[in-house]
Formats: sequence, structure tokens, C-alpha cells
Amino acid sequence: MADNTYTINQNSFQRTKAVEKQVSADYERGLLKNILRTLTENKLAMFCAVMLFLIVLVSLLAPLSPHDPDAQDFLNKLQPPSAEHWFGTDELGRDYFTRALYGGRISLSVGFLSMLLSTVIGTLIGTTSGYMGGKVDMFLMRFTDIFMSVPSFLLMVVINSLFPPKVYSMVIILGLFEWCQIARITRAETLSLKERDFVLASKHLGVSNIQIMFQHIIPNMSSSIIVAGSLAVARAILTESALSFMGLGVQLPKASWGTMLQGAQVYIMDMPSLAVFPGLFIVMTVFSFNILGDALRNALEPRTLK
Amino acid sequence: MSEKTPIMEVQNLKKYFRIDSKHTLKAVDDVSFQIYEGETLGIVGESGCGKTTCGRTCVGIYQATEGKVLFRGKDIGKMNAAERKEYTRHVQMVFQDPYSSLDPRKTVHEIIAEGMRAHGLVHSKAEEIEEVQKLLQQVGLNAEHASRYVHEFSGGQRQRIGIARALSVNPEFIVCDEPISALDVSVQARIVNLLIKLQKERELTSVFITHDLSMVKYISDRIGVMYLGKMAELCEAERLYENPLHPYTKALLSAIPIPDPKVEKERKRIHLGGEVPSPVNPPQGCRFCGRCPYAKDVCKTVSPELREIEPEHFVACHLYE
Repeated sequence: MADNTYTINQNSFQRTKAVEKQVSADYERGLLKNILRTLTENKLAMFCAVMLFLIVLVSLLAPLSPHDPDAQDFLNKLQPPSAEHWFGTDELGRDYFTRALYGGRISLSVGFLSMLLSTVIGTLIGTTSGYMGGKVDMFLMRFTDIFMSVPSFLLMVVINSLFPPKVYSMVIILGLFEWCQIARITRAETLSLKERDFVLASKHLGVSNIQIMFQHIIPNMSSSIIVAGSLAVARAILTESALSFMGLGVQLPKASWGTMLQGAQVYIMDMPSLAVFPGLFIVMTVFSFNILGDALRNALEPRTLK
Repeated sequence: MSEKTPIMEVQNLKKYFRIDSKHTLKAVDDVSFQIYEGETLGIVGESGCGKTTCGRTCVGIYQATEGKVLFRGKDIGKMNAAERKEYTRHVQMVFQDPYSSLDPRKTVHEIIAEGMRAHGLVHSKAEEIEEVQKLLQQVGLNAEHASRYVHEFSGGQRQRIGIARALSVNPEFIVCDEPISALDVSVQARIVNLLIKLQKERELTSVFITHDLSMVKYISDRIGVMYLGKMAELCEAERLYENPLHPYTKALLSAIPIPDPKVEKERKRIHLGGEVPSPVNPPQGCRFCGRCPYAKDVCKTVSPELREIEPEHFVACHLYE
């Protein structure tokens, strides 16, 4: 009798498969598909994505510029924008456009790398805290609270003035102070995910806690991490600019958008374009990351993905 | 059932959930029963009566508040980490909801192979693939399904994946927690047949938790009826349907529709008044006394014990004292 039902089974399998194929075209919503869908639906987000892509692209292609970012040319200092110098030249006669591109390389990589660092730290702390619960949770969350209540910018200023600021030290400092929010987000997600049946099932299959965290919990909150990460990049770029503006960021002659703003300070009345261009880059990048982050949150967070 | 060695003994099991400082939800309140080697024990009851909690506590997903669950004489609450892991190899679970019980980010192969890897049952990738393919075939899926994600499957297919996962570590005891309640009626029968077939092939002992009275008769050797966290009646399946003793069981069985309109019209149904009381604040005495047509004074104050009224027929009711 069991055999009988078995064959019926196989037939209906074929049928449901055909139906499913049609349906799955609409309902298959992977992470990447979700992001693409959001971008096509949300014009502003699309604009921001394109803008970011362009900024990253030109920064990457900066060495193709005919000018050396550090070559000084005192005869042509403080030139207004022209065909040869698109953004003009600064007080030492360096091509401002090329410097802005090289500055973008630093600002973007500091932003991106420190986001990576803070996301990794935050995710590990948040997930462990949420998954282990009890005393571990208590300890880690109070630790996070303490970190959040410290005026981090002030501390960064102090630390930065103690050590000679390098690009990688900027990355580490920014990364070490930005993970708190991500830890809180991932902890909240973990708390709900760890009660889901598939986690209980894996646990009851004898899978170790670490494997469950890395293979089930973290992959299932990847969308929240992406959203938090994109917002973290924006924050990190802003902080980096602010530090550099105060002279505590990357050291000259290396440029970042923040140091360029600092240099433009003196000439703000005579040559406002010196402040406008790096400012514009910062604003556009941060704006784009924020808008993208919000758009992604709207798209990814209602748990339509099954 | 030729031999009667208990594989699992549940003794005075209680599982309470704290809601806040003042309220506790008594999901399972003092339940005892035994499961014998090779049998299928059905547990029935309405929603919220504690069947699922009872099953999950037996498996070890929930920790018992009080009482013991002995598996082959060993208290699962007192196992150390290694023993506990070993326990999971012997006792597995099929979950109620085939949607939430499978990780959406994993392929079917990864889901099924996970347990094998965790217990070191396979030693090479090739062996792993072979084992997974074997299991897929046994539960009626195709080999090509292994590389797909769960969202590409229907509920019935997902439940098959869930069954394959439970069987992946070669357990001797499985708890099926309403494995069919989330499925279509037509698919339900197939899954039940599959479970019966697998059970025969692998000589499994199982607990089948459900609220479907007609299905449980078909699959179980013995049936336990639960009401509001307590076991009301426990006996062999046939006997329960022929001669229900507890008033709640009687009412429950009288509610099964008969697929013949003439007989259905003649059928006498026992209508129960009132609602199921809240398990946060259950009535004193017998849990059923508020709705029981035969309630006596003693029912309101003393909670009846589950006692053997006839051989192998346990009832918790003051009427049979």
C-alpha cells in the first residue's frame, strides 16, 4: 500500500514542479535580486548607486590623470577652474582635481576598511552576546554601552594625537569606535533567529554553537549587516574628514578630502572653489551611502524572503 | 508489540514558561508515560494543550522545569555535553512548520548533511553525497533536488526534507511534532504513509504528535490524550476509539466527522460548553471539571491521578474511582 501512494507521489511531483517554476520566477528573492529590484524601483537610490560607482571609479583611475598630485607649480598657484586644471590649483599650484581623486582614494578606503573592521567586530560581539545569553550577554552588552557612552570623537582626537596618524591607524581607530551600533543590531537579530526552528533543529543535530552562529545565524542576517555597513561607511568617511580637517588625520603631502578642506580654510574668501570641491565629494558620497542604506533597509528588512 | 522494554520514560514532567514575575504558563504539568521499543505513541489534544512542549522537552530542546525524561534509563537533564551529543544521534525530531524549520540560506544537501558531519558519520565528500542521495530517495525526492534551496519546494516536499534531516544521523527514536498539520489534506496522507514506511524499514520508535484524530488512529499503536498540560487518557489505539473512558476523550471522539451523510446525521455529538481555561491560570482540581458534564464536587478540588483502570488503559478521572 505504501508503494502505491509512492508512485502517485512521483507524478504529482512533476506537476507541482511545473507550477512552481512559474511561481518561483516572481517569488525568488535572493539578496542580490532584492538589491537590484530596490535600485530599479527607487530612482533616488539608483542615482546614488551610480554616483558612488562613478566616484569610486574615478578614484581608482586617479593615476591616469596627466598631473602629479604632489607636483608643485608656484607660477600657477590658486588658479580658478580651467580646461587644463578642471578644479583649478591650490596654494602650492598642485592640480586640485587630481588631488581630489587621490584624496578620494584615501577617504574611501579609510571609510570602507574601517567599516569592514567595525562590522566584523560588531557582528562577532553582537552575535555571541545574543546567542550565548545570560552572563555573557550581560557582560558584552554593558561593555558596548560603556563604549557608546564615551564621547568617541574626543577619544579619537586624543589617540590620534598620541600616535603619528597613518592611514592604517586611522582605519583601526575608526573601526574600534564604530562597532557598537552594529553589535546592537546583530544582537537583536540573533535573539529572534536563535529561537527559529531551523536553529533548534541544527542544535539538536549536535552541531556546535560556533558552527550554528557562523553557518545559520550570521548568513540569515546578512541583509541587516549590509544596511548597517553602508551607513557605517558614511559615518566613517565623515569622521575621517572631521579628524583630517582638525589636522589629526592623514598627514601632508598625502591628501584626503578632510585635509583638503583644512587647506582651503585660509583661502575661503578668495578661492571658495577650494573648499567647494572636496566638500562636494564628501557630501555626495555620504549622502549616497545614507540614501542607499535607507533604501536597502526598506527593501530587505520586511522579511519577504523565505 | 511482542516485547515491552521502555525506551523512554517520562516521569512527572513539568515544563513552565515564565511570562512575567507573577505569571507562569504551565504548558506541561505533571505528565508521566512510557514509550516502548518499536511502538508509535500518538499524542493528541487541542491547540495549546502542551503536546508540542511535551515533545520538545522529551527531545531535549526544552529543559524540563521538574521531573525527568529517561532515555534507556539515563536522565537526559543530567547528561554532560558529550552524552548529550550522543543522545541527539539517537533521538531526532521532525518539526511542525516545514517553512521555518529549514534554513533558507542552505541547500538541501547542506541541510541534510549537517548532522552527518557533526557526528562524524561520513568521512569523505563522496560518501556524504552518496548518503544524502540515498536519504533523498528514501523520502521520495529526486537526486537533483540536493543542490536547490528550500524556497523552491512546496510544503510537502519541505517536510520530506525535514524527515530526511531527522533520519540523517540514523536515529532509533523520532518525535514527529505535528508533521502534517501545516500541509494539504492530500499531501498529509502521503507524508503519513512515508513515515509509516520509513518506520517499518528502520525499526524506529516514534512519538507522533497531532490534533488529527483520524490520522493518529491510523499511525499509532497507543494514544495519549492531553488536555491543558495533563495526560487525560492513555491506552492502545483501537481500544481508545472503541471504549473511551475519560469524558474529554468521549467528547473529542464524538467530534470526528463520519464520511457518510446518513450516519453523520444520526451521529450523537457531545457538545462541550465553555472554553479551554488558560494554562496561565488553570482551574484547581481536575483541569476539565469546568466543562465536564459529569463533574462532581471532588473534581473541583482534587486533581485526578492517571491510573490504570483496565489493564493497559490509563485514565485520569474521578468517575472511575
